[in-house]
Amino acid sequence: MALSFEPDPCERCEELLQPYLDRELSDAERAEAEKHLDGCSYCRKRYRFEVELRRFVRQAAVEEMPPDLKAKLAALRTPL
Amino acid sequence: MSEITPTEPQRIATEARDRVRFEEEALELSDQVYRVARRLVGSREEAEDLMQETYARAFRSWQSYTPGTNLRAWLLRILTNLNIDRGRRVQRSPDMQPLEEGDYFLYNKLEENGETDEDRVDRRLSQDDAVTALSEVPHDFRDVLVLVDIGDFSYADAAQILDIPIGTVMSRLHRGRRILKKELAERAVGSNV
Repeated sequence: MALSFEPDPCERCEELLQPYLDRELSDAERAEAEKHLDGCSYCRKRYRFEVELRRFVRQAAVEEMPPDLKAKLAALRTPL
Repeated sequence: MSEITPTEPQRIATEARDRVRFEEEALELSDQVYRVARRLVGSREEAEDLMQETYARAFRSWQSYTPGTNLRAWLLRILTNLNIDRGRRVQRSPDMQPLEEGDYFLYNKLEENGETDEDRVDRRLSQDDAVTALSEVPHDFRDVLVLVDIGDFSYADAAQILDIPIGTVMSRLHRGRRILKKELAERAVGSNV
């Protein structure tokens, strides 16, 4: 029997959202999600939003290392 | 005649060269390690302390690193262990009560509030919103979330770093992201959540 989204295809697509974007789905699951996304603008919008949200959080969360910390770490090296 | 065999100086030289190479490679990764460390703890000061402890330990035990394996993951395993050992967080069973909100929750909330442009997340959320929301995610979930979403580690790497099964990584990540979205929704639409 072929994979089916019944009874609620969008609910199933929502379940696949995270592992889909993490590239952790099996080939069959990935094909299942993509088949649904091809025909469902409701889910497609939400997938696009998730991509944008992850990018936003990732950029917002990045705080560069204080410049003097690298020197402190280098000072921990074993003397030659 | 010296007790040192002709091969002994060579062995010492090789070891010194390997150690220097290890230290240089570890230092090259310090920016990336810091980005993860900073979001695992609450303040910049804590992150700096943790980084120094991590690198001190890594330099002492460099011979336990297997060349050719993922050095960044190796460093972060030391770092997360130190973070736990220092009592910065209490080890406990994470709350796995069902969370009502699904993965479309934040989008749906924005849509309900008249915000339907999926490409403009930053119209309703600031950088501070994201950082604060992330800090509100309980540690067990946040550790996985930060490793995968900020550190770009695979599920398998995160499992190895945190010494937990990959299924636990997946469930904590799944839940952590949902908690994050709930926190973000509160900031984006306020009391309407």
